[in-house]
Amino acid sequence: MSDAIRPAVERVLHELRPEADLETLPAGADLREELDLDSMDFLNFVIGVHEATGVDIPEADYARVSTLETCLEYLEQHAGA
Amino acid sequence: MADFLMPSLGADMEAGRLVEWRVKPGDRVERGDIIAVIETDKAAIDVEVWETGTVEALLVEEGTRVPVGTPLARIGSGAATGPVAAPPEPQAETPSAPGPPPLEAVPASERPSLPTSAPAPPPTGRLRVTPLARVRAEELGIDLARVRGTGVEGAITQADVERAASSAPAEPPVGEEPARTLTRPEPAAPPSPAGAPEARSTALRRAIAAAMSRSNRDIPHYYLSMAVDLSSTLSWIERTNQQRPVAERLLPAALFVRAVALATREVPEMNGHYLDGEFRQAEAAHVGFAVAVPGGGLIAPAILEADRKSLGDVMADLRGLVSRARAGTLRSSELSDPTITISSLGERGGVDAVFGIINPPQVALVGFGNIVDRPWAEGGLVGARRQVTLSLSGDHRVSDGHRGSLFLAAIDRLLRNPEQL
Repeated sequence: MSDAIRPAVERVLHELRPEADLETLPAGADLREELDLDSMDFLNFVIGVHEATGVDIPEADYARVSTLETCLEYLEQHAGA
Repeated sequence: MADFLMPSLGADMEAGRLVEWRVKPGDRVERGDIIAVIETDKAAIDVEVWETGTVEALLVEEGTRVPVGTPLARIGSGAATGPVAAPPEPQAETPSAPGPPPLEAVPASERPSLPTSAPAPPPTGRLRVTPLARVRAEELGIDLARVRGTGVEGAITQADVERAASSAPAEPPVGEEPARTLTRPEPAAPPSPAGAPEARSTALRRAIAAAMSRSNRDIPHYYLSMAVDLSSTLSWIERTNQQRPVAERLLPAALFVRAVALATREVPEMNGHYLDGEFRQAEAAHVGFAVAVPGGGLIAPAILEADRKSLGDVMADLRGLVSRARAGTLRSSELSDPTITISSLGERGGVDAVFGIINPPQVALVGFGNIVDRPWAEGGLVGARRQVTLSLSGDHRVSDGHRGSLFLAAIDRLLRNPEQL
């Protein structure tokens, strides 16, 4: 499953920040801090992830998807649920 | 018959570069059609035409930078028999028209045709280029049509441009574009040393500085501020969002826009333009929303008729505008029309207030600081509340602190009654 999820999430991030190099994103980095995403960007991220994976991340869970790693983990837990 | 002029896409715009024609002589255009892509110091903008008719001549070549107000094209009334007053039917002959490669039909969709590495004909679709890449290409003298994009849907990114630059040593580091700055009718910044990263921000800062100096010189500003308790409003947003599909979730910014728009009905002298020595009140509230553009700079596209739209529609507009502003695909009508502007610092950070400079010819700017936890006194008790500091930069030629206070009080009241927004 994660095989499909990671590229999907990276694509969404890339669409938001075409200039950002996700390869160099430090492990555990807060996406909003690291990529300078404001609340509109982050909403677009959540919408993009929903479109790509079908997982709807409620606002209450935003804190659980704040880094790339925790986000992938969250999506794996919820995909197909 | 009418001339289509280089539009002013913001108070700080003195000139623009015609990047691409989307029509050719003989094409029929309707009000609202996108007929050209114009680049300002800040972004590439899709420009719409304001009359219905037939394109009789294109007067400015692609790639040319001209001052605001310069005739770009002649639009005929559409009488098929031919132009009445216009001199010789220009069609293919106009020297300045880029006649040869008729730009096929205007692409129906916004989706660009992907650039190829062939330098040959101008692509019929619009190149998808990130704003940073566009500027970098200009600095390095790189022809974007020759750059292969590796970004989303083939978008050209800054990295692509730099790759192209390093693999094309034949191209001098500073292309002919910037080198000819002196012959241009535009006082823009002289190019910095080849490809220096400051080059762009320097030009941008200079454009912003010029506009802001003008505003400060012409507009006798006054400033007011007021703290607003947003706690219950934010809870209302949370509850509402639980019931909304993800794509329709609300952000506080949408409520800010609605509250400001509705408040202008109560204090209408905040909403309009000051032109030729008098204030012209606007019929509707077209609320400009300042958006930070990647790589620096601000652009304030408008949410049209925000006083007549539902909160959900305002949110959808806002989301579209911010995305388009950042992708560099705004339309001219979204830029030239604001009747009042909002500058919002967003939800993260600890800045209390922003006191903005009015965007002429507008007469007011409403600022929202970061949303912060602060002690709040109410009913003799102090508690922690989520609050935002609302500010008003007003124009003394049109209003005063008293009316300004009423305006802020109205915004405060509206914000605290979100179900009515």
